[in-house]
Amino acid sequence: MRSERVRSGGAATTLLAGLAALAVWEAAVRVTNVPQFLLPAPSAVALRFAEAWSDGTMLRHLVPTLQELVIGGAIGGAAGLLIGVALGVSGAARRIASPYLVAAQSTPLLALGPLFVIWFGPGPAAKIAICALISLFPLAISTLVAVRDADPGILELYRSLGASRLQLLFGARLPAARAGIFAGARVAATLAVVGAIVGEWLGGSAGLGVLVNLARGSLFDTPLLFATLLQIAILGVCAYAAVVVAERLASRLSR
Amino acid sequence: MSATPLLAIDSLDFSFGTRQILRGLSLRVERGEAVALLGANGSGKSTLLRLVAGLLEPAVGVITIGGSRPRAGRPEIGIAFQDARLAPWRSVARNVALPLELAGSDASLARAAVASALERLGVAHLGDSDPTTLSGGERGRVALARALVRKPELILLDEPFAALDALTRDRFDDELPELVGGAALLLVTHDIDEALLAADRVLLLGASGRIESEAPGLRRLPSTARRAALAAPEGAAQRAALYSALRDAAKGAGAANA
Repeated sequence: MRSERVRSGGAATTLLAGLAALAVWEAAVRVTNVPQFLLPAPSAVALRFAEAWSDGTMLRHLVPTLQELVIGGAIGGAAGLLIGVALGVSGAARRIASPYLVAAQSTPLLALGPLFVIWFGPGPAAKIAICALISLFPLAISTLVAVRDADPGILELYRSLGASRLQLLFGARLPAARAGIFAGARVAATLAVVGAIVGEWLGGSAGLGVLVNLARGSLFDTPLLFATLLQIAILGVCAYAAVVVAERLASRLSR
Repeated sequence: MSATPLLAIDSLDFSFGTRQILRGLSLRVERGEAVALLGANGSGKSTLLRLVAGLLEPAVGVITIGGSRPRAGRPEIGIAFQDARLAPWRSVARNVALPLELAGSDASLARAAVASALERLGVAHLGDSDPTTLSGGERGRVALARALVRKPELILLDEPFAALDALTRDRFDDELPELVGGAALLLVTHDIDEALLAADRVLLLGASGRIESEAPGLRRLPSTARRAALAAPEGAAQRAALYSALRDAAKGAGAANA
């Protein structure tokens, strides 16, 4: 009861802090008369955000980004999970491949974007590939670590009960590794949004990354630029929340 | 006692790398008999239990359970380890059901067996609970329920109460013979009182890697009389003798490890 009150009090404080920051921003813009193309007031951004939704601009650019995010994230997530499980289970595979995995993770993958455009063309395939690649590594590494470090006591218990290799993997190792896997998935989901946006900056005709470029360049519409950034932030939070919901669902189903 | 023991171990050798743990160890456990294996830390008690459970392979020697070689997952064996090892992603009931689930048992029979095991251990009300919310004593009871759920003929317990507080541990020690029922028991412990209360025979595993001495336990006495027998002069003398033997074994183990 008390902790619930503390939690709701904490949420209220967080909300108030956000509102206060917006109020300071609004007041600063009005007092200093800073030009809108440099820094629009939050009220102007909110208005532009609503307008972009009502005239269909935002939806038109959100849908391709969402598609790239879902398809790329699913491909990268599935590949990362498979690689992480394989390396987590097999010591030999881990010794051979994990140095390359760490090296690839340390490489700024977004710099490969132009290469992907050469390989896959200016369409969605290049963006999906960037999304997949950028989300693959955090998930693969966190899965590897979580599967490798699964509680040895529980694994011995399963072995003592005659568990087959598959029962050991799906019954013990993966559930034991769940928290680590989903921690990686949360990072992967937010990075996938970054991948999609950067991919769209490199070329294409639609997407939130394209809209950022349009608002900054030909339209010179800074409130729209801010409104698009807001939309990207919302998308990132939704991607993160989807992973949290999936984790809760997985936890409930395994009980 | 029957002609064929339930568990027979003959001339068993086992090493971890260059360190020999067991040397020519032989041991018998009859059907329905409770045997406690006392030994100092590092004497090889838990290793012996793992060999019997089929989790390790002996280098030399023969182990038979009911006439056949040990194999992990045999339904006639129930095992509980030092820590309760409850899977935190499963409810208490599903933890207890694990041996049945892995063996592919019928779901409705498994539910009945789980309910009965939980009832027997006095934790039927915890079936839907999250194991991470349980006390140490409750966790111990659930782990025992899991070891008993398939009604095994031989129960292997590896210091199952070592992590519990003294009072909870005493309660377990008092109840264990009744909880085990008619099954045979091989209990690994370094607690002399626990060994005497729970077993028909107490064996001491020494630094030699063999059974070095044997003493009668108090299990056959009625539950109310066991503690009194332990406190009586004869029981006290037995405890003192075992303590002295255990201390000598520990010194020997220290010298062997040095």
